[in-house]
Amino acid sequence: MQPLEDLKAAIKEALPGLDFVIGWESGWNPLLATPLFMYAPEDVDKLTWGPFNVNNPATYLSALKGKKVGVVVKGCDSRSVVQLLQEKLIRREDLTVFGMPCTGVVDATKIARKVGDLGMISGAKRTNGTLSVTTHEGSLDIPWEEAAADKCLSCQYPNAIISDHFKGDPLPPTLGRDPAAEQLAALEALAPAELFAHWKDAMDRCIRCYACRNACPMCVCRDHCIAQTRDPHWISQDDTVKEKLMFQMIHSLHLAGRCTECGECQRACPVDIPILALRRKLSSVVKNLFDYQAGVDPNAVPPLFTFQVEEAKINERGW
Amino acid sequence: MESSRYLPEASLDAWLGELASSHELIVPRREGDAIVFGPYDPAVSPDISRDATAPPKSTVFPACEELMRYSSVKDADDPSRTLVRMEEVMPSGSRVVFGARPCGTRGFTVYDRVFDAPAMHDPYYVARRQNTLFVTLACSEAGSACFCHWVGSGPADASGSDVLLVPVKGGWLAEGVSDKGRELLDSPLLAPGDKYAGEAKAAKAKAMESLESAADLKPAPESLLAVFDDMEFWNRMSAKCISCGACTYLCPTCYCFNITDENKGMEGSRLRTWDNCMSFQFTLEASGHNPRPTKAHRLKNRVGHKFSYYPGLHGGAIACCGCGRCIKSCPAGVDIRQIVLAAMDRAKATSQGNTTGERA
Repeated sequence: MQPLEDLKAAIKEALPGLDFVIGWESGWNPLLATPLFMYAPEDVDKLTWGPFNVNNPATYLSALKGKKVGVVVKGCDSRSVVQLLQEKLIRREDLTVFGMPCTGVVDATKIARKVGDLGMISGAKRTNGTLSVTTHEGSLDIPWEEAAADKCLSCQYPNAIISDHFKGDPLPPTLGRDPAAEQLAALEALAPAELFAHWKDAMDRCIRCYACRNACPMCVCRDHCIAQTRDPHWISQDDTVKEKLMFQMIHSLHLAGRCTECGECQRACPVDIPILALRRKLSSVVKNLFDYQAGVDPNAVPPLFTFQVEEAKINERGW
Repeated sequence: MESSRYLPEASLDAWLGELASSHELIVPRREGDAIVFGPYDPAVSPDISRDATAPPKSTVFPACEELMRYSSVKDADDPSRTLVRMEEVMPSGSRVVFGARPCGTRGFTVYDRVFDAPAMHDPYYVARRQNTLFVTLACSEAGSACFCHWVGSGPADASGSDVLLVPVKGGWLAEGVSDKGRELLDSPLLAPGDKYAGEAKAAKAKAMESLESAADLKPAPESLLAVFDDMEFWNRMSAKCISCGACTYLCPTCYCFNITDENKGMEGSRLRTWDNCMSFQFTLEASGHNPRPTKAHRLKNRVGHKFSYYPGLHGGAIACCGCGRCIKSCPAGVDIRQIVLAAMDRAKATSQGNTTGERA
């Protein structure tokens, strides 16, 4: 795979001037690559590229202030990098971005629905339109559309939006179904009581681990998150659905106009609560109100960074 | 009363119904894409097709429990004084947890040494532990995140269980482990089990064989102490950790908690809730000082506690049951096995005057 070899060579060349470069290596399971921190050339040899590189490495960037860091990104990951730069949460001069064209990544939850326990998977391989998964029961061929992350089926940014080193030929946008939009439409069609029941039911199994928060590249309060502060006491320790949903509401509102819909919040959820829809709703509102999509235009100004006495699409005086 | 009985698969629902008539019955249930323990519903079959996403720990050590309720009231005799009325909330009732795997149940043996010991007797924990019976399901096959055999356990480990169900043709051989467990088997729905003993033994051996060879963790306690101050090592080991608490909350052996008073006007509750060492606030002191300021310090504590400090305090017992949930559910794919092995390698290399011996 020539572009990957070119990418590795570029990383090795850049590495002496960097503290480390973040990418992916094979994980504990063939279906799940894991973030790789490359400090030395021998680490770079472990770098993988392909459908199992699901983690968004931009998640680590805002915590690495003062370091010279390289990051390998898929197109969607690069949106998070762009948004972090726009919000001045990271410095462009400290960052070296490496990219390759991406043809989509797997959604482990979708695959678990078909094979049960992810721990039983002993092999996984993508060939064109099929993901072949091997378990002790044999091999299962899953059509790519049923194995891929929703965001990949209609991906508009398969290539890094910004990069210092891009290897391989850029790909055109993917023109498939948009299951995310379908899911949002289905939720929007529910009556308020039904919608509330949906979220109460889904949030019931939340264990309040905050993986959704910590996996989010745009969630930058981290150790100072109001979810865990005693003063102000926004959220009780009581583990009611009300408190859990309250946290998701705060999380979503803090991401309004900032969420790049990378899906890490939902992917990180150990009990598979479909929380990305909450962020998507806010993103669609921001798009309608401010014509703004997070992380797609390095020169745009995020809506929360601007102020106008009267917003064009908010008819405040008409209320 | 026989010590082992045969439970035909066709009688499972009926037996669960019977258990539910005399106990609060808790089973693994499918909720969305996860399997979590919750109250038995006769209309919904428990999902025992695979190990549950979350372990059964909340059945004995709830994510949130009310320890007491209190209210402030005026003293009728002296209105200038305020009295505090308190009401202790003790767990009661008899419960059966069906369908956990041996690793999840064995986790409670780690808690027992802490909460039910001469030095400390936690009445809430002990009441629940004594009131809760475990009908555990032996595993037929190991997954790639499983490492129960590394920590002295195995796919048919009965420690912590009251009944162990071993898969045999057409059902399970139900082995009574405790007296209370044997009582549960005294049901006309179960048949004599003698003729299934050989098959059950073979099934256990086959499951054990499905595990890859175990690492020798004997040097782990000392190795982890030896690399305690080696922050370069811990920074690298924790680089990809996102410092959430998923690993701890899904761990059948993590038992750290927080106690808070939740006030509502003149009354409130004292709650005990899960806490986790991966959180910055866990060791944040009132002065603002934090002895574990980075995720490297925090992950070091998590691994050290399980494989060094706890064994040091409890006769060598490792505070890990090898269920692999921390690996399987980690959003970043952190593998605790790699960290322990790397610490052992690092300690060995350092003692030999070579610091390049990292494995991971």
